[in-house]
Amino acid sequence: MSEDLKILDEVTNSEYKWGFVSNIESDNAPKGLSEDIVRFISAKKNEPEWLLEYRLKAYRHWLTLTEPTWPNVTYPKIDFQDIIYYSAPKAKPTLNSLDELDPEIKSTFDKLGISLEEQKRLANVAVDAVIDSVSVKTTFRESLGELGIIFSSFSEAVQEHPELVKKYLGSVVPYTDNFYASLNAAVFSDGSFCYIPKGVRCPMELSTYFRINSAGTGQFERTLIVADEGAYVSYLEGCTAPMRDENQLHAAVVEIVSHEEATVKYSTVQNWYPGDKDGKGGIFNFVTKRGICLGNKSKISWTQVETGSAVTWKYPSVILKGDNSVGEFYSVAVTNNMQQADTGTKMIHLGKNTSSTIISKGISGGRSQNSYRGLVKIAKGAVNARNFSQCDSLLLGDQCGAHTFPYLEVNNKSSKVEHEATTSKVGEDQIFYCNQRGISTEDAVGLIVNGYCKEVFNQLPMEFAVEAQKLLAISLEGSVG
Amino acid sequence: MSTSTLNNSSAESFTQAIDHFRELYGNHLPAQKSLQIDAAAVFSQLGIPTTKHEEWKYTSLAVIAKNTYRTVNPSDNCSLSKSNVTSLALTNDTLLYVIENGKFNASASNANALPKGITVGSLAELAGDARVQAHLMKHADFSDESLVALNTALTFDGIVIIAEAKTECATPIQIAVVNNTAGEALNIPVRILLIAEKNAIVNVTETHHSFGSKSPVLVNVVSEVVIAEQARVNYIKLQDEDQNTCHVNYHKVNMARDSYQHISTLTWGGGLVRNNLNIRLDDVNCTSYLNGLTIAKDYQVIDHHTVVDHAMPNCYSNELYKGIIDGHAQGVFNGKIFVRKDAQKTNAFQSNKNVLLSDDASMNAKPQLEIFADDVKCSHGATTGQIDEEALFYLRARGIGEVAARALLNHAFAADVIEQIPEENLKSALLDRLTARLNA
Amino acid sequence: MLSIKDLVASVEEKQILKGLNFEVKPGEVHAIMGPNGSGKSTLASVLAGREEYEVNSGSVTFNGEDLLEMSPEDRARAGIFLAFQYPVEIPGVSNANFLKTAVNEVRKSKGLEPLDSKQFLKVMQEKMKLVEMDKTMTQRSVNEGFSGGEKKRNEIFQMAMLEPSLAILDETDSGLDIDALRIVSNGVNALRDGKRSFIVITHYQRLLDYIVPDHVHVLYKGRIVKSGPKELALELEEKGYDWIKEEVDSSVNA
Repeated sequence: MSEDLKILDEVTNSEYKWGFVSNIESDNAPKGLSEDIVRFISAKKNEPEWLLEYRLKAYRHWLTLTEPTWPNVTYPKIDFQDIIYYSAPKAKPTLNSLDELDPEIKSTFDKLGISLEEQKRLANVAVDAVIDSVSVKTTFRESLGELGIIFSSFSEAVQEHPELVKKYLGSVVPYTDNFYASLNAAVFSDGSFCYIPKGVRCPMELSTYFRINSAGTGQFERTLIVADEGAYVSYLEGCTAPMRDENQLHAAVVEIVSHEEATVKYSTVQNWYPGDKDGKGGIFNFVTKRGICLGNKSKISWTQVETGSAVTWKYPSVILKGDNSVGEFYSVAVTNNMQQADTGTKMIHLGKNTSSTIISKGISGGRSQNSYRGLVKIAKGAVNARNFSQCDSLLLGDQCGAHTFPYLEVNNKSSKVEHEATTSKVGEDQIFYCNQRGISTEDAVGLIVNGYCKEVFNQLPMEFAVEAQKLLAISLEGSVG
Repeated sequence: MSTSTLNNSSAESFTQAIDHFRELYGNHLPAQKSLQIDAAAVFSQLGIPTTKHEEWKYTSLAVIAKNTYRTVNPSDNCSLSKSNVTSLALTNDTLLYVIENGKFNASASNANALPKGITVGSLAELAGDARVQAHLMKHADFSDESLVALNTALTFDGIVIIAEAKTECATPIQIAVVNNTAGEALNIPVRILLIAEKNAIVNVTETHHSFGSKSPVLVNVVSEVVIAEQARVNYIKLQDEDQNTCHVNYHKVNMARDSYQHISTLTWGGGLVRNNLNIRLDDVNCTSYLNGLTIAKDYQVIDHHTVVDHAMPNCYSNELYKGIIDGHAQGVFNGKIFVRKDAQKTNAFQSNKNVLLSDDASMNAKPQLEIFADDVKCSHGATTGQIDEEALFYLRARGIGEVAARALLNHAFAADVIEQIPEENLKSALLDRLTARLNA
Repeated sequence: MLSIKDLVASVEEKQILKGLNFEVKPGEVHAIMGPNGSGKSTLASVLAGREEYEVNSGSVTFNGEDLLEMSPEDRARAGIFLAFQYPVEIPGVSNANFLKTAVNEVRKSKGLEPLDSKQFLKVMQEKMKLVEMDKTMTQRSVNEGFSGGEKKRNEIFQMAMLEPSLAILDETDSGLDIDALRIVSNGVNALRDGKRSFIVITHYQRLLDYIVPDHVHVLYKGRIVKSGPKELALELEEKGYDWIKEEVDSSVNA
């Protein structure tokens, strides 16, 4: 021990501490959504015609859709005409060095504990920092470039590697996929792009840090990660937002393509502002994340620690198309106060001998509602497919709810699907045992809950694991009576 | 919830049937008149659900649309006699009652030696009884269940069983529900009401069979089981109809404090079978066992939907469902456990295990926990796979041929559910029938 | 150090302790024996502060303070250690992590600086030897998947780490084979330093061959009905509890 407990001590008394607003001048589109706005965004980014066409097709399709109502969440109706779809920090058009970065932006990220300065190599992590709609800085680009790795903002990738973007954009999450994916395809502003060439093992963690700053804006970023044959990359994503009384919409799309024998590990620590104790404000986090294992022995692993957002609706999924491919999903979802989360995964087994693992840990406190929703589908041709799912829920009060909705669809006889789920509370005998060793009840709960999440935290890169534990402690504050 | 309907001639034809009925016979059950009128209105609004409805995601009722059913009515005559039905009795001592095409058939029933304190009779005759009026159509809520609404609107007969307070009836009461066709497609509503009063103990077996010309049948069963304080009900449903039968049923159990119920649903007949079991643990200290078995082959579709609803503290529920799916058959299991806010100290467990014997077979499982109380122990497990290869190898290594070894393992897998039945005679009778079914 | 006066306590409204009097001085080892259901484990639970046990009357003072007013963790910090009869499993929390938290909490309450990882590791390695504990055990989750013997050894190891002034061993010998019993007892004996006190609760005399008590008490029907030197344990082993039961029951009836 324990860094954990020290961290717990350190943070137990703080509230959402990323809730500050930075005074960054921004360049906004007018409120509302129309073809003109789509064209405006595309023009702002100086996009090629094909991309504008793509956006317009998506927009026209979106108009035909209605908001999904099946998730186990309730929230006020979103007025899509009351959102600013594009907001960019006013900055110099190109940055030659870090010194030219708006000092206010730099200090924002410093406050968030994210170093944009390459010389201060924070544990070997390359960062793409996204504020509101645009990427403001990507670190380590040159040294990664030497290996043939492309790591840039999405907008830059459109300019510099249009052939790659064109080839893969929408190949995993088509613009017709769902309401929010369509919306994103129409108005996405920026995000990260990452390509790892054949046989290259990316030597450092790649990371995108998302920050919503401006009021009244929605964030619609798009991330595309492609690992070519035999490549490996570990990718991290972090998110924060200021405390505001209004709800803000975040509707991102992440697409991952893993070619033959390639591995992509995608980790998220999602800490969007969850709203206050009474459920005022907070982010609506409606995200579509999906990866495809294209080749033999491809692998995609999702790890997520979800502590933020007022409402979360998110199912990072894997399509296991290649034979012998592997999908993994490790998740800790914490809800407290009035938060609602409906999250889980989909594992679609198409190839032979494909295997998937799902470990989901839900923790609910306050008056929150926490749902796991997962699909395991074994197609007829997916012979010898295997899935194991473990979905546990922990309840920390008698006002909250925990729900499990697994869908298990098996269409051949050689496959095996196993699902287990439990619901329990932190054991009084466990707390007493800790008390008897001199540990206070609050610390005991922190200790026990962190232990409960260990399987998932173990999947996270070191720094993220520490951050995740801190977040957990903060999120659970006051949840134990 | 989606209200998508099949919106086809079938749904309309049912609505017409309801109207036609009313013209011909007025409201069939005078004491339940207003409920039947409400139900008719609900059905015409809801129609027949499609697979867009979350509860019908895996089971399509399109087959109903293919047929034009004639709805059976009070003027249909029963044709079966005692000698036709003796083979249906599960045990020698069973008290056998027959419902033929929805109608209580007294002459085919064997009502000897009914113990004191037990009333069994035609629902049409007993519908005016105060005890029946207090419960009939009051528990199976039809407001968002269109097929329950359809049954409620069309019900004209069925069976009522009342076990008075402190009555202990060890002898099994068997309700043989027989679909007897003579060349025309029939829509058959069947209604069952079981009331176990305070401290009563009763064993009821509901068995389903096909007689006659193998014409298409839609049998729509609604059972209401009311269990008073400290009463105990053992219930078995055996569904063994021919594959021209589409069987839908809704079985509602309402449990008072300190009561006990054990129900097993064994499904190995029928072309399309959809079971909806809804167990409401409505007061403290209830104990509920809910078991089920699917044996499916050919193009059978067998769907078990269950709800175990914990409303009050200190209750226990345990659920075990197993399935063996062969041929092109499809199995569905959707098991919901609700633990409401007041239901502290609930222990609720659920297990669903399935074996696929063919590459054309499929199994869709959706175990589901919804928990609103914190001091609870709940778990569910679901597996779908092949029979245990290790066990198979072990048996073969002991000299048992592969075919025999597989049969042995399948039997053992399925028998596990029947072994849970507390009543010994019924258990062994059902194990015999299981063996026959697996060898068929 | 510990003084129990006329203690009456109940669990689930059933009175278990019915006026218990008991005194422990620094450095003493007291064995509490008695037939099943006599209230031995209840006494341990009441001293450690388990909530389900309600104290109806009487007093317990520990080093002059009212023990019954203190929370379980404050009792632990004040130096009371309970070796549980059934140590609980805490999945995902490593033994080391757990103990470092506990040790530093106890140190904090005494105004001492917390041990850093290096110091802690050193202390831990030292104390592990006491109970012949395998290194891997500190990395395993608290009691998870431990055998009965491992769990009890782990209890004594924790005791060594936390250095309490009063240790209560609740049927620590139950379910132990002779090797484990020897290891556990050696651990306990190594911690006897003339100042630390022990209350050894046991059903069998066997443990007292290894941990030799200064005083033996017989608990029956919620009271201490007989006290004596260590030889009393041998007498009980030989003659059973029936003669004591008879003695007590007849005097009550008389």
